[in-house]
Amino acid sequence: MTDASSGRRVGAGTRLYLYISLTVIAALVLLPLVTTALGGFKSLGDLRVNPFGLPNEWHVENYTDILFGQRYWRQMANSLIIALLTVFLTLVVSATAAFAFAHVRFFGSGALLNYFLIGLMFPAATAILPLFIRIRDLGLLDTYWGVVLPQVAFGLGMSILLFRNYFRSLPSELFDAAFVDGCGYIRFFWYISLPLARPMIATVAIISFVGSWNSYILPLIMLNTETRYPWPLGIMVYRGEFNTDWQLILAFITLTILPTIIAFFLAQKHIIAGLTAGAVKS
Amino acid sequence: MAHAQATFATRRPISAVARRKARRSVSARGRLPVLVLFLPAALILFTLFVILPMGEAAWYSLYRWNGYGQPTEFRALGNFQVLFNQAAFLTALKNNGLIILISIAVQIPLALWLATMLAYRIPGAVTFRLIFFLPYVLADVAAGLIWRFVYDGDYGLFAAAANMIGVPTPYVLADRHVAIYAILGVIVWKYFGFHMMLFIAGLQSMDRHVLEAAEIDGATGWQRFRYVTLPMLGSTVRLSIFFAIVGSLQLFDMIMPLTGGGPSNSTQTMVTFLYTYGVMRMQVGFGSAVGVVLFIICVTMAFGYKRIFMRND
Repeated sequence: MTDASSGRRVGAGTRLYLYISLTVIAALVLLPLVTTALGGFKSLGDLRVNPFGLPNEWHVENYTDILFGQRYWRQMANSLIIALLTVFLTLVVSATAAFAFAHVRFFGSGALLNYFLIGLMFPAATAILPLFIRIRDLGLLDTYWGVVLPQVAFGLGMSILLFRNYFRSLPSELFDAAFVDGCGYIRFFWYISLPLARPMIATVAIISFVGSWNSYILPLIMLNTETRYPWPLGIMVYRGEFNTDWQLILAFITLTILPTIIAFFLAQKHIIAGLTAGAVKS
Repeated sequence: MAHAQATFATRRPISAVARRKARRSVSARGRLPVLVLFLPAALILFTLFVILPMGEAAWYSLYRWNGYGQPTEFRALGNFQVLFNQAAFLTALKNNGLIILISIAVQIPLALWLATMLAYRIPGAVTFRLIFFLPYVLADVAAGLIWRFVYDGDYGLFAAAANMIGVPTPYVLADRHVAIYAILGVIVWKYFGFHMMLFIAGLQSMDRHVLEAAEIDGATGWQRFRYVTLPMLGSTVRLSIFFAIVGSLQLFDMIMPLTGGGPSNSTQTMVTFLYTYGVMRMQVGFGSAVGVVLFIICVTMAFGYKRIFMRND
């Protein structure tokens, strides 16, 4: 294994050992996913005797019934709306605030930045009950905003930090030139900082989109009408209803994770970089 | 390449000086409008939905309250007393600790081992990396449900595998001695890829000449790993452990579809406990007390860990 880490040519024995290890682990990782997708094509009886293999008969209707129904699409739409609102609001609010922290000198800016960084230290779950009461008292219970606003607020610490560090890393000659030419802060932000910050916009967008798309606890507590459920809630309801009809549940799971998997393979470089580098840089 | 690096290196100090000068020379013109326009939205959102709720949790935790009207039934630290005498909460604390332990003892070594294999250009490395990272991008809820199927005693993969080798069907998630270990397995499955990516990034930023020097000096593979790679990856390992701690303290989404904290509370974590006893029963005071304890643990961990282990990173 470590022979490979020195980047040297490795012997055939080592290479074989390396690929066998990797393949075994890859198989263990993929097995639950592949059997889930295949299980969705089986009949319940087939699933019981043959959970690993290919289906005896391909029951495509398990999938098509879901795809031709309303439920799946409604959940996807709800998740998408909540995620897009979250991303949009996060970008607008955190990029502007971060710009102020990066470029505008004002009294107490350090203390104020630290105030936002408190948000990095604890998860939304710690304050979930007061959060519920606040959303209820604001009349936002059972609305998309009841999920979006706390989600954005809890993401602010990280996204402000990421944007601020990025803005500060841009060459200061730009800043000099622009100000000599009489450009104000706001125009500088809009015409220079933002276009240059495109990679960071992508990173923050990916982090907040994935977080929102996968989030469960906030919608669980804030929403109670099933037609507004995003998919993680919807899939739990579905599973409760179809209880032991595992073939249908597996088909439903497969369809709900399919967009994530497709997006992951299409934009793998950005997603991996966004989710890891984003975490490290903060 | 070397040339580009050299110019970059000499440029840096200059630009730092210029930046300092620029900060000083830039006029104050338009400073107020930009502050008034750019800061309040973030400030209001953050205060309203992060800081105030946390403060309120501390306040409510001293009361018995169902969430309607005003909290009036003052209990001082009564909620905390009940909390620390509740077996389920102690199990939750223990489980959170166990998850951290498993992460450090199993997940991180596994991730490190795979990273040393995949950090460099061997054919197929990119594909393997993708496969290993895939579980991390899936939602915890989906991962939990998939593994609920894997562990299912009637239709699942575990049951089928047991039948094949003639062992009685295990009902893994229904056994209160085994269920938590089954969940730990899912956690490793889902998160090792993330840690692996951190290590790969760490390895790629490492100076490879040191390794080559060690090799020329006759260090064996293990020695090179133990005395060169590992120390150089120190900061990444510490970061990785930090993420494992933070992740454990938040764990909720995955537990709900797998066991919901059962059987007989054996798989509760702090957040599932908060949900089961605080939210479901609308005991705002008691639930807030759990939140406060969780908050204190999170902040202590964040500060303590960073101060002790990540001082120089």
